Amino acid sequence: MYDAPQVTKQETAVTDVKIQASDVQVYYGGNHAIKDVSVAIDDKTVTAFIGPSGCGKSTFLRCLNRMNDTIDICRVTGDIRIDGEDIYDKRVDPVQLRAKVGMVFQKPNPFPKSIYDNIAYGPRIHGMARNKAELDEIVEKALRRGAIWDEVKDRLDAPGTGLSGGQQQRLCIARAVATEPEVLLMDEPCSALDPIATAQVEELIDELRQNYAVVIVTHSMQQAARVSQKTAFFHLGNLVEYDDTSKIFTNPEDSRTESYITGRIG
Amino acid sequence: MTDASMPTATGTPERKVKSLTEIDARTAKRNAAEKRFKLYGMAAVVTGLLFLVMLVTAILTNGLPAFKRAVVEVEFTLTQDQFDAAESKLLKTAEYNTLFITALSETLRERGIDREFDAAAVDRLLGSVGGTIRAFYRENPDQIDQPVAFELAASSRVDRYLKGTFGRDDVTEEGNRFFINADFDLVDDMRDAGLIRSAFNWVFLTGVDTGVDNPGGAGIGASVLGSFLMMFVVLILALPIGVAASIYLEEFAPKNRFTDLIEVNISNLAAVPSIVFGILGLAVFIQFMHLPQSAPLVGGLVLTLMTLPTIIISTRASLKAVPPSIRGAALGIGASKMQTVFHHVLPLAMPGILTGTIIGLAQALGETAPLLLIGMVGFVARYPDSFVGGLEGPNSAMPAQIYNWAARSDAVFTEKAWGGIIVLLVFLLAMNLVAILLRRKFERRW
Ligand SMILES: Nc1ncnc2c1ncn2[C@@H]1O[C@H](COP(=O)(O)OP(=O)(O)OP(=O)(O)O)[C@@H](O)[C@H]1O
Ligand SMILES: [Mg+2]
Repeated sequence: MYDAPQVTKQETAVTDVKIQASDVQVYYGGNHAIKDVSVAIDDKTVTAFIGPSGCGKSTFLRCLNRMNDTIDICRVTGDIRIDGEDIYDKRVDPVQLRAKVGMVFQKPNPFPKSIYDNIAYGPRIHGMARNKAELDEIVEKALRRGAIWDEVKDRLDAPGTGLSGGQQQRLCIARAVATEPEVLLMDEPCSALDPIATAQVEELIDELRQNYAVVIVTHSMQQAARVSQKTAFFHLGNLVEYDDTSKIFTNPEDSRTESYITGRIG
Repeated sequence: MTDASMPTATGTPERKVKSLTEIDARTAKRNAAEKRFKLYGMAAVVTGLLFLVMLVTAILTNGLPAFKRAVVEVEFTLTQDQFDAAESKLLKTAEYNTLFITALSETLRERGIDREFDAAAVDRLLGSVGGTIRAFYRENPDQIDQPVAFELAASSRVDRYLKGTFGRDDVTEEGNRFFINADFDLVDDMRDAGLIRSAFNWVFLTGVDTGVDNPGGAGIGASVLGSFLMMFVVLILALPIGVAASIYLEEFAPKNRFTDLIEVNISNLAAVPSIVFGILGLAVFIQFMHLPQSAPLVGGLVLTLMTLPTIIISTRASLKAVPPSIRGAALGIGASKMQTVFHHVLPLAMPGILTGTIIGLAQALGETAPLLLIGMVGFVARYPDSFVGGLEGPNSAMPAQIYNWAARSDAVFTEKAWGGIIVLLVFLLAMNLVAILLRRKFERRW
C-alpha cells in the first residue's frame, strides 16, 4: 500500500535564514492564489515545496525572484526579505534581484544559441568577465557545476537546443549558476527527465547545497525526501506544514499533509 | 437474424465476428463523403489554376511584344568630302537625310529591289534619321570614310505592322501624317531585303514617358525610379516605426482599455481602403504641410501610413509566436526587459517581421489609388537630376504609369501598359523571393 519514502538526509546543519517571507498574499485578478504564507528558508539547505497541483507552489516560488512582476494581473503583498532586505522595496531593481536569485524552469528552455553562448549570456550582461579568457573560465566552471562539461566540452559551438532533454536541463542549471546566484529556485526541474538524468540532477542539487540556498518544487515525494532537508507542504494556497523533511515524511502534524504524502489527496 | 445478442440454442450469446474486408454501410458513407470532399477541393484548385494560367497567358501575350521592337539596319559610308559639304550647308540634318536615302535605295537596289521614296517617307518610318547620323559623326569623326552599320528604331506603326496589329485596312487611301498606304510597300521591301530585324527594346525599360506623337519611344524607367524612391521612403519610415510600435505594444505597454483600443484601431486601419489614405495625404501633406505635389516623397509618406498597420500586425504576431519560455529564461538570469527583447525575442521574430515588411512593401508597390489623389499620374518626361530632386520632383510610379498608358487611345500605349504590368510583376516576384530567402537565412539559426 503506502511506502514511506526513504529519508536519507537526516542531518540538518545549523544554518542562517536566507529568505524570510511573512504574510505573503498573491492575487491573480480576483483569484487569491497564496494566502498568508510565512516561511523562513535556510541558507545552504535544500527546501522542497510539495503539494497538489494548483496549490500555488510555482506562484510562491516566482514571488522569491519577482518573476510574478511579468504577469500583468498578478499582485503580491506581504513582506519577503533576502538577507534582511525587502525585495519588494521600491529601490530594488528586479533585474539585480534575479541575478542574485537564479531560476530553473520546469521545461528546459535553453536559448536558441550555442552552448557556449547559453552559459556566457548571463556573465556577459552582468559584466562578470573582463576578457575572453575569463569568460571561457566562467563557462567551463558553470558547465562543470552543471555536471554536463564532459558531454559538451567538444561541441561548445553546437546549438543548446540540439541537446537531449536531460542535457538541456543541466545546461539550464549551469546557465543559472553561471551568474553566481546566492539562491537557486527550481520549479519541477526533473519533470521532463528520465530516471538517469533525474539522478544526475539530484546529485547536482546536493552539490549545489554547499554554496546556495536551493528551493525545489516537486511532485515526487521520493525526490523531496531524497534531496531536501526542509519541506513545505502547500494546499489550496495555504502553507499547511513546514518542517524538517524527515519530520514531514515520518511524523506529519497536519492530517492533510499525511493524506497527501500517503496519496489520499492530490 | 444477425442480432448479436440473440441467444443461440445452447443459451450463450453468440458474438458476431466482423470481417475487416467487409466494409459496412457507415464506413462506406464516410469514405464517399471524404472522396467527394477531395473532389471539391481538387476542382477548386483546378479552377484557381485555370484563372492563373489565363491571367499569365493574357499578360504575356499582350505584354511581351512591348519588350521587342523593329530596327532597320543600314550600312552607310560617309566620305570626308560628304561630311564637309553637309556641314557647310544651311539645313545640315536634311543633307544627312538625303545621303541616307541614297544609301538606303542603293542597298535595296543591290538586293534587287527598285523603289522610289522621299524624305517624308523616311521621316514617317524611321523618325529624324538625319539628326541621328549627324550626331554620330560629330561624336565619332574617326568613323568617317569607314562603313558604319546604323541601327535605326522603326516607328511604332512599322513595329505594329510587323507584329500584325496594324495593317492596310487601318489606313485610309490618302493616309495621315503618321502613315500613308505607300509606306507599307517600302516596309515590305525593307523586310524582304533583310534590313529589318527585331531587337530588345531597351528604351522601354530605361526610357521616360512620351507624348502621343512618339508612342514607340515611351519607357517605364522613370516611373520605376519613382516607385523605388517611394519604397525607399516607406522602408526607412515604416520599418523602424512599425517595429518600435509593435515591440512597445507587445512587450512593454500595460494591458488595459487604452492599449486594447489602440490594438483594435490598428487592425481596422489595415482594412481602410487605400483611397482614403490618398485623400488624407492630399489634405495633410500637400494642402496643410505644403509638400510638393506629385512627389515620391509624399507618395512614400502616404504609402507609409498604409503599410504601417501591415507591418505592426505581422511584427506583433511574430513577437507573440516567440515562446514565453525564452523570455522567462532571459529574465530569470537577470536580463532586463529590454535586453530580453533585443537579445532573444527580436532575433527569433526577425523572419516574421521581414516577411511582413516585404509583403507590406509589395502591397505598397502595387498601390495606385492614393497616387491618383496626390497627383502622381502626371506625365514624366525627364529623369530627376539628383536623389533629393527625385524625392521632391514630380514623378510617377509603375502602377500609375500603367494606368496612364492604358487610358490612352493609341494601341501602342496599350501594349506598353501590358508590358508595364510584366515589369511590375517581376518586381513583385523578386520581392517575394527576397522575403523567402531572408526567412530561410534567419530560420537556419535554429
Ligand atoms: N499566470 C497566471 N494567471 C492567472 N492565474 C494563475 C497564473 N498562474 C497560476 N495561476 C493560478 O494560481 C493558482 C496557483 O497556480 P500555480 O501555478 O502556482 O500552482 P502549482 O502549485 O505550481 O501547480 P502545479 O503543481 O500544477 O504546477 C492556480 O489556481 C492557478 O490557476
Ligand atoms: Mg507549478
